[in-house]
Amino acid sequence: MSSLCHRICYRWTSLRITGLVWSSRQEIKVLPTASYGIQTRFGLDARQCLLTQKPWMLKSSKSSSSASNLPPSKEDGTGQFTESSIMQNTDDNHGKSEVPSLVKDIQTVELDVAPPHSPFDEISEEAALQTETSPSFPPISFTLRDYVDQSETLTKLVLLGVDLSKLERRPNVANMLLRLDFNRDVKERLLFLKDVGVDDHLLGAFLTRNPFILTEDMENLQMRIQYLQSKKFSKEAISSMVSGAPYLLNFSVERLDNRLAFYQRELRLNVQKTRDLVTRLPKLLTGSLEPIKENLKVCRIELGFRDNEIQHMVISVPKLLLASKKKVTRTFDYLHNTMGIPHHLITKFPQVFNAKFLRIKDRHLFLEHLGRAQYDPTQPNYISLDNLVATPDEVFCVKIAKGTLLDFEAFQKTL
Amino acid sequence: MAVSLRSALQRLHGMFAVYKPPGVHWKQLRDTVETKLLNELNSLEQPVVQQQIRFVPSVIKGENGNETHLTVTQVPVLADHPRVTGPKFVGVKVGAGHRLDLQSSGVLVLGVGNGNKQLNRLYHCHLTKEYIVKGSFGTATEDFSNTGRVIERTTYDHITRDRLERIIAVIQGSHQRALLIYSDVDLKSQEAYELASRGLLRPVNKSPPIITAIRCVHFSPPSFTLEIQCLHETQQYLRKVVHEIGLELKSSAVCTHVRRTRDAIFTVANALIRTQWDLPSILAAVQASRLKVEAKLHEQSWRLLESSEEDMYTVVKARVLEKGNHCPGSTQLGD
Repeated sequence: MSSLCHRICYRWTSLRITGLVWSSRQEIKVLPTASYGIQTRFGLDARQCLLTQKPWMLKSSKSSSSASNLPPSKEDGTGQFTESSIMQNTDDNHGKSEVPSLVKDIQTVELDVAPPHSPFDEISEEAALQTETSPSFPPISFTLRDYVDQSETLTKLVLLGVDLSKLERRPNVANMLLRLDFNRDVKERLLFLKDVGVDDHLLGAFLTRNPFILTEDMENLQMRIQYLQSKKFSKEAISSMVSGAPYLLNFSVERLDNRLAFYQRELRLNVQKTRDLVTRLPKLLTGSLEPIKENLKVCRIELGFRDNEIQHMVISVPKLLLASKKKVTRTFDYLHNTMGIPHHLITKFPQVFNAKFLRIKDRHLFLEHLGRAQYDPTQPNYISLDNLVATPDEVFCVKIAKGTLLDFEAFQKTL
Repeated sequence: MAVSLRSALQRLHGMFAVYKPPGVHWKQLRDTVETKLLNELNSLEQPVVQQQIRFVPSVIKGENGNETHLTVTQVPVLADHPRVTGPKFVGVKVGAGHRLDLQSSGVLVLGVGNGNKQLNRLYHCHLTKEYIVKGSFGTATEDFSNTGRVIERTTYDHITRDRLERIIAVIQGSHQRALLIYSDVDLKSQEAYELASRGLLRPVNKSPPIITAIRCVHFSPPSFTLEIQCLHETQQYLRKVVHEIGLELKSSAVCTHVRRTRDAIFTVANALIRTQWDLPSILAAVQASRLKVEAKLHEQSWRLLESSEEDMYTVVKARVLEKGNHCPGSTQLGD
């Protein structure tokens, strides 16, 4: 009894994998194809949702197919092949010849009793060519590697440059990708992105960051692009914004509107400047607004910058709004309290907030050791903050510190 | 000079030293080194895309209606493409040797691959480390460093260099006595005398921190600098020593810098700084230290033997003493 159950279980799994091949001539009810994979004669179907299965569908299809079958004759050389014979052959590929009898036992009495087909029966040329010995893939898997060669969508996405190994780690994305049909869903949206202006070689990176654009409604996407155009963003601006922030077009029009209004209000910028700010750093529109409010508060209260200073800094270095407040505070503390640089000088060179803290520290201590740490523009031998921070090591050592790279490295080992 | 992946993987076993800057946690440093190595190894990897032959059936109009034919095509197998499988290298075994706490800086020994086993064996050799400790008289704080909460302020005009050196000599003496106890030698034996005179006494197992040598290298009140050679210590213990020196001198002191200049055989000269944490430099450092590490482990191998092999222990120890005879008066660097 246990062996019977075992064989039945194996039978169902093999049935799930093989799917069905339909003849174009016979009028048999076509089952909905959404629930399991179907291999057509002309290449492979993209819609293979193999991570969820509905085996009961297969059972009824089997009954319908065997109801209309004809026992294949041994010298049958014509193109008349039946589903059952195909089923038989595909089953034979898995080496289960005693299976139809088992299936018949389970099914209802209304079926005609078809004689069992032996694997040694001769089949027609047509039937032989029709059977596909494609590699079987598991019904459930934890990786997309098992399906990428059989799925048209996945193959085309990989060739486009999408990193499937990153996407499959995210929950639900892999299932969603397997359910997509290339011609119906993916192609339309890729062409839309091309129209918007995203470069071909950036499409892969775009989809790796935001695969959900493939399930967005086309009308919504069009509406959002129209909204951005109505706000007088130029075509190049829109394309760079969409490439820079892949989730931008997933946001509703109200949300985008709210965000733009927020920046205009908080930073007291005019319309053109807001547009420039958002074009430069489109992530401002896609992230949460709470950390940005926090950062503004920190700059105003803790660091003591005036509003016009903050405005100036944010326009030249928008990343300041998204930086972690701990790092900003640490850098400012070192610059202001240890190096003694006043607020107006820091406002002039906001790119210091982009630099790594250890870099500023090492370079300042080196200059102090050499006696060249002079940051006051009114005095001679003044070293500006952007020279301190934005130059590569060799240039800094030779031109600014008037030393050598080896000296700098030796000095770093004495800190 | 491009390194081939195979040779890199073969050579990436051993120990090397990095210079830890102050303010960086040692674990973060170790993670950074591991990430940089992985990025470089993954970029060296050259993926070879395999091809497979597929027989695709197609329908062509023939004389007897639709005829099916099989066309042969060669398609690449994408299941092994790096964009589907992910990066080839996801982890490199990088282990850290004696740790350094957040505010201290200096030589941090890392082991990579098989070098981690050597790290363990080197730990059991009980080799000394050297520190430069800078202190400042006049304040005492909660955590003995200059960033803690101030507890008291005192004067320090009465402190002179020779008073400081006297206190330091007392410290060294008491630690030397502790070393004799922990090194498990019979005080009345010739062997103990030989080892002690050459400075080769070492504790056998775990012991509290022991300072084998301490001297003052710079003194300009309120600041002073000490060079400390010690075993089994922590950086906080060294700060406490500075605090206690202050107390002994009837004043108070805080520690401003703790910097490790040597850990066993790795010195500051061999240490790699932040800009040098890449694959070629690390391979070169591993290569450079390989022979020295093996020599040191061989020399100290008698310490690593099992307790059952006690006869071998005495024989090898005698041999070590004999070797010492040939180079008199050398307290070897790195011991």
